Amino acid sequence: MADQQPKIIINNLNFYYGSTRALKDVNLEIKPYAVTALIGPSGCGKSTFLRTLNRLNDLIEGVRLSGEILLDGKNIYDPDVDVVGLRKRVGMVFQRPNPFPMSIYDNIAYGPRIHGITNRHQLDEIVERSLKAAALWDEVADRLRQSALGLSGGQQQRLCIARLLAVEPEVVLMDEPSSALDPISTLKIEELIQVLKEKYTIIIVTHNMQQAARVSDYTAFFLNGEMVEYDETEIIFTKPRDQRTEDYITGRFG
Amino acid sequence: MNARLADRLATVFFWLGAVIIILLLAALVGYLLFQGGRWLDPGFITRPPENLKAGGGVGPQLFNSFYLLFLAMLFTIPLGVGAGIYLVEYAGKGDYNPAQDLPQGKKATAFLLGVINLSVETLASLPSIVVGLFGLLAFVVATGWGYSLLAGALALTVLNLPVMVRISQEALQTVSGDLKEASLALGASRWETIWKIVLPAAFPGLVTGAIITAGRVFGEAAALLYTAGMSSPMLDFGDWNPLHPNSPLNPFRPAATLAVHIWKINSEALIPDIRRVADGSAALLIIVVLVFNLLARWFGRYLYRRMTAS
Repeated sequence: MADQQPKIIINNLNFYYGSTRALKDVNLEIKPYAVTALIGPSGCGKSTFLRTLNRLNDLIEGVRLSGEILLDGKNIYDPDVDVVGLRKRVGMVFQRPNPFPMSIYDNIAYGPRIHGITNRHQLDEIVERSLKAAALWDEVADRLRQSALGLSGGQQQRLCIARLLAVEPEVVLMDEPSSALDPISTLKIEELIQVLKEKYTIIIVTHNMQQAARVSDYTAFFLNGEMVEYDETEIIFTKPRDQRTEDYITGRFG
Repeated sequence: MNARLADRLATVFFWLGAVIIILLLAALVGYLLFQGGRWLDPGFITRPPENLKAGGGVGPQLFNSFYLLFLAMLFTIPLGVGAGIYLVEYAGKGDYNPAQDLPQGKKATAFLLGVINLSVETLASLPSIVVGLFGLLAFVVATGWGYSLLAGALALTVLNLPVMVRISQEALQTVSGDLKEASLALGASRWETIWKIVLPAAFPGLVTGAIITAGRVFGEAAALLYTAGMSSPMLDFGDWNPLHPNSPLNPFRPAATLAVHIWKINSEALIPDIRRVADGSAALLIIVVLVFNLLARWFGRYLYRRMTAS
């Protein structure tokens, strides 16, 4: 894996909310077909960082950004970049499950329909494939026409993952995807992440250090807007180079 | 002990308020139905009015009320919802690249937004007779249409637009940001997100707005006296070509609505059975509004269920 080209390269990334500097000269390379975990205490900038990767921060008023983020070598903040096309390639799973108030089927078909697929047969196929990929098919196959809001929290989150897979992204961003779920649902999501990394590049923000250790191949530790240390997960959790990383993972703060 | 006493007093106070409102409403509706209900029969609802003798009905006026409602809604809903969408989803939220654009870029629109909101509030407090006289100048005289349904519909649009904009804004603002983000993160454009996610989610609120404005259309008289006029031509209910002068659908004909008719009968009618026509019309009007509200709510819920699969 080490000889593969990085999927995303972040160079000197700075991010400001008004005059507050939320990210300070972040440099990072994200490996393809692997899980990269972003850890750090609340307010350290890891979520902000995640949302710069699909330009979801563009929606916030009064923000500014410098540096570059290269996705397959192309800066996603170049003026000629189509944000809509970018978000199709870089999808996101949110902290709280946010299914649309429509049927399970329509939730999954939402993305493909927007991207121009109207053929009924093709949509059926995508819905089934996506739900299977998110390990939800067996639980909902007989009630695709019912409201997605009737599902449990864990099922809703897997539905959101299926909805994302239906648009066939290249990168999957996950913002604390299991922090609102019970332990069993969390386990299912973690198992799913292991399967998904075969086909997708995954970046996951998590508060739960055991989770980072369990699911990720690489880990980046953020503190006060700085990316303090980045390495293979095993190294970060066993012999970190930076004292601050060690303090954090041994629970001395945060 | 003191807190408990205060709590109990407050409960009694609020309970009294609720009871007084319900009693007032019940008394008013009961009085109207009692006084006018006995005159309601199929003939009264379908016959045209009489000018001099007894026994006239309010058929054309009833039809005019509904047709004017339809025309007014044709303008009010798209304009009101459209302005609401602009104010909530577009103003100050243009396509933005934080690596290219200055953060101050969005502040210029904040001023414009303030001006629009102030205008909407000012428009909302205009007395309806002023809107009516404005309509007389703008839609009746300046356009050369004369007293007409279209002029009335436009005056009602002016009257109702602020309410519709406000309610649309509120309905759209309640749509969770999570849903919008989810849609945008799937590669949907802003318009796709608004059309497919925000509007359906805001639908119940928008229906409420439409019903409130519809109620005002049924009940409004002052804004219509000098726009849609106080009379109706002889209508030929067999002719549905909107271009014919005696067709009920012709938007350029004058049309007294039920509410205007009640005012006119009470103030200047020459018929011997003024009380019968006026009271009957009032009862009919209140029944029509009630039935319309119930139907609109039911239909709104039906549509919402179909859209959300709930």
